[in-house]
Amino acid sequence: MNTRIRKSGPGRQHWWALLLIGAVLLAVPFVAALGGQAWVRIANFAILYVFLALGLNIVVGYAGLLDLGYVAFYAVGAYVYALLASPHFGIHLPFWVILPLGAALACLFGVLLGSPTLKLRGDYLAIVTLGFGEIIRIFLNNLNAPINVTNGAQGITLIDPIRIGDFSFAQTSIILGVSVSGPQKYYFLLVALAIMIIIINVRLQDSRVGRAWQAIREDEVAAKACGINTRNIKLLAFAMGASFGGVAGGVFSAMQGFVSPESFSLMESITILAMVVLGGMGHIPGVILGAVLLTALPEALRYGIQPLQQALFGRMIVDPESLRMLVFGLALVLVMRFRPAGLWPSSQRRRELAESAD
Amino acid sequence: MNHLRIPGVLVVLAASVAVIGCGKKEEPKTAAPAAAPAAAAPAAKPEMVVKIGHVAPLTGPIAHLGKDNENGARLAVDDANAKKIEIDGKVIKFELLGEDDQADPKTGTVVAQKLVDAKVAGVVGHLNSGTTIPASAIYNQAGFPQISPSATNPKYTEQGFKTAFRVMANDIQQGSVIGVYAVKDMGAKKIAIIDDRTAYGQGLADEVEKAAKANGATIVAREFTNDKATDFKAILTKIKAKNPDVIFLGGMDAVGGPMLKQMKELGIKAKFTTGDGGCSPELIKLAGPASEGVICSQAGLPVDKLPNGQKFVADFTKKYGQIQIYSPYSYDAVMVLIDAMKRANSVDPAKYLPEVGKTAYDGVTGKIEFDEKGDIKNGAITVFEIKDGKLVTLKSEGGAMAAAAAPAPAAAAPAAAPAPAPTPEAKK
Amino acid sequence: MDTLLQQLINGLTLGAVYALVALGYTMVYGIIGLINFAHGEVVMIGTMVAFTVIVALAGSGMPPLVVLAIGLLVSVLVCMVLGWALERVAYRPLRHAPRLTPLITAIGMSIVLQNVAMIIWGRNYITFPPMIDKKIYEVGGASFTNVQVAIVTLAALVMLGLIYLVHRTRIGMAMRATAQNPHVASLMGVDINRVIAMAFIIGSALGAVAGCMVGSYYEIAHYQMGFMLGLKAFTAAVLGGIGNLAGAMAGGLLLGVIEALGAGYIGDLTGDFLGSHYQDIFAFIVLIIVLMFRPSGLFGERTGDRA
Repeated sequence: MNTRIRKSGPGRQHWWALLLIGAVLLAVPFVAALGGQAWVRIANFAILYVFLALGLNIVVGYAGLLDLGYVAFYAVGAYVYALLASPHFGIHLPFWVILPLGAALACLFGVLLGSPTLKLRGDYLAIVTLGFGEIIRIFLNNLNAPINVTNGAQGITLIDPIRIGDFSFAQTSIILGVSVSGPQKYYFLLVALAIMIIIINVRLQDSRVGRAWQAIREDEVAAKACGINTRNIKLLAFAMGASFGGVAGGVFSAMQGFVSPESFSLMESITILAMVVLGGMGHIPGVILGAVLLTALPEALRYGIQPLQQALFGRMIVDPESLRMLVFGLALVLVMRFRPAGLWPSSQRRRELAESAD
Repeated sequence: MNHLRIPGVLVVLAASVAVIGCGKKEEPKTAAPAAAPAAAAPAAKPEMVVKIGHVAPLTGPIAHLGKDNENGARLAVDDANAKKIEIDGKVIKFELLGEDDQADPKTGTVVAQKLVDAKVAGVVGHLNSGTTIPASAIYNQAGFPQISPSATNPKYTEQGFKTAFRVMANDIQQGSVIGVYAVKDMGAKKIAIIDDRTAYGQGLADEVEKAAKANGATIVAREFTNDKATDFKAILTKIKAKNPDVIFLGGMDAVGGPMLKQMKELGIKAKFTTGDGGCSPELIKLAGPASEGVICSQAGLPVDKLPNGQKFVADFTKKYGQIQIYSPYSYDAVMVLIDAMKRANSVDPAKYLPEVGKTAYDGVTGKIEFDEKGDIKNGAITVFEIKDGKLVTLKSEGGAMAAAAAPAPAAAAPAAAPAPAPTPEAKK
Repeated sequence: MDTLLQQLINGLTLGAVYALVALGYTMVYGIIGLINFAHGEVVMIGTMVAFTVIVALAGSGMPPLVVLAIGLLVSVLVCMVLGWALERVAYRPLRHAPRLTPLITAIGMSIVLQNVAMIIWGRNYITFPPMIDKKIYEVGGASFTNVQVAIVTLAALVMLGLIYLVHRTRIGMAMRATAQNPHVASLMGVDINRVIAMAFIIGSALGAVAGCMVGSYYEIAHYQMGFMLGLKAFTAAVLGGIGNLAGAMAGGLLLGVIEALGAGYIGDLTGDFLGSHYQDIFAFIVLIIVLMFRPSGLFGERTGDRA
């Protein structure tokens, strides 16, 4: 295994590429800030969705299990953070305790969801996971009685920002003579976490487990015949995917300072799935691209449509808000029409497609 | 049939936008600074542009309410511009930046940041409590006032932000008035309560329940639905079996309309009451004749009874058509901001923010004053009845009345009603 | 007792609507294995078109039933064209694409249709003009209206017609053949493209009928109404065994009854812990339990791996 990694590991050219990516990542929050801090926030959400999309990619892309309730794990992570770092219960634990805890609990929920549904295939699994996502959301919405656990639809306010000692991520501070705003700090934290998650993903992909997942995806019966314990391996996919969702949820809570069940609707699960498929299922760079594009596109349209209509027709013909989602939907349709395997599929997948098209 | 042809045109249009739209994201960079220094106008009096942000959902299920809010704010800005207000020797031209938060908390914070970037002087919004609360932290940090015309979740002003205000009575204030009214004036002994499980519906229904219980009524059923549901027959059948005198709905007009019709079909005779979310012409439109006799409440004084209100109703209907619910409040919210700027003789948020807290303004919804937390003081509540397809005022529980009514439920359930005495941590 | 009867009536009416919509999902799924996520939006367009026609003709002095029939007819026709166009433009080019690709297309289409509807018909809730004078009947303490009777009857007729179509006509035979094995069917001279297009067209027509029912039952319409309805109907289709016509009907009716009884009784049974605030999840819980014991739904055969 080690030899494999080294073989595909960075060579001389790769180092330059990595350095370049590093420089770009470092520059993004400051360049984006020229267009306004809102763009930094959008970048942050984009990275958050990268977490989520990578997590879902393990379940859908690697193991081939269609999960429409992924947002449930995101919600679990978010609420774990919110409950353990807010005045709601008066508990204020530091983030490095809560984030792993959230990941662990989300992981547990992943297994909980996974175990009864192992027998199901394809679309049956899809609808059950969808149901599971709704069940979690509805429970979060209603668990303010008989005992007030989640505070119901009112949500939880005043959640602590991420804090290291006295260094709070919520405020602007001067570091090395450069003024760094709250969203910019979160950006760097998110990038660090993202790099970690990407490394885990890459290693997983090339590991025994990763190959087992792919085997199940391609042919479950054959995989079983080869001696793969399909039950445990599938559960592992759910658990791993879920824990990424849990981490994302925790960071979301800290960044927003407020959570309520409406953030975890079915539409969110669908959006994340769209990111995975649009980018290129099972291919890490593709999934990242998908997540970034689908977060940025609606926002870019928010900025772009109004001036464009003014320029083209000299007045507003259709509300920009109505057009924004319309264009988003059309983009999904068009990309799928012309690049059915996603914008950036893995080379292996592309070959398979070419074969099956014959 | 004519408008069925539109989609084709749109698809082409949208497709072209999709292609070009992506490359357009750099645009605001140049647009924003260009608008700000427009101060140097060649007119006799120097002119200055002051931007006011407005946020509400303009897409999604309650987009119609969002548009209504925005129109209210827009009318206020137009009225203010017509007056050629002078502040600090300059004629001020107000500009409204309307944003869509899709009723999504995440989008809410992005949009909030966008307004901070655009250097607005203040914000009117958001519509939902769910977006108002996370955005309020961002406005607080930026240090400019936010006045929500419609967020009723008590938590919004309990965060200790000195920038957070609302011109709408919160759930606690409104819920107790309806609860007391149902028992005292309508003589209800058995009450059934339904809520739509949104922050608004749940909060209001809980307060009604408390107030009704404190005044001696029994809650015979507490049922739930959701804000996207259209079929309520199952819960209504259950309620019918309990035979209540009054049914209260904590929810919006889109839920109330079909619910009233289904009550009639099931032969339920109980009186129907609801809060401001259902107290709209929309409810009458949706429920038709089934809305006759509905008792509902709105925060504030009846708009058409106030001298300013009549003009507002006439202007608004002429420009935008029917008022939905909250546009008078968003109108007032803008006016309160402008009024504070005038008193401070400055459009700098740091200078005029303290003045917002000292507001004593005669708005189209009544007299507006804020308490220490930023809630409207003695928020008046008006009770209406629907008669002949119109909202008819029954009574107004203004100022002193509301204050007298509030302590009753507070005594019964001291833990849950912190409204009368602001808690120490509320002040920063 | 009268409460139970009333709840059953409530559930059956709701279930009839679910069943009709579920048929649209199941027809398409049975033949090409695609979850047509946009089907809920087709139902919504059906409601909206019927609404527009009825409002336009309301002042024309025609008898209300004729107006209603014209509204239904136009909406069925529009939805048939829409269904055909969806298949032709969005799904046909993706027939050999990876399995999730058409699903994302369907989601995209559903967003597009919603927003087009919002631009055409506006953001507000629309009141469906009541064309039939509502009469309320009472039997054994339970009440129901003539509209409910009409809905259940019409649904039953449409379903019978569909079963006849699938089992007794040439196109039905071609459909069943394609569902079994598209390759072999095409070798036997079945025009696969035509069959698949027909499945979309018929499914959409059923959706339009369901849309008109929803409109006249609740007398309210909104551009987002299709989403939840579609979701519930899809659940119903899976409950019954997706791809199976009888299963979709049974699943729909069952789901309606479960929701009504769940909201009506579970709260009392669990000491108000699981009250009507959990109404929307009863269906899912039943679904999960059913699928644990019968992984292909109530009526589904144990086919090989579709995916």
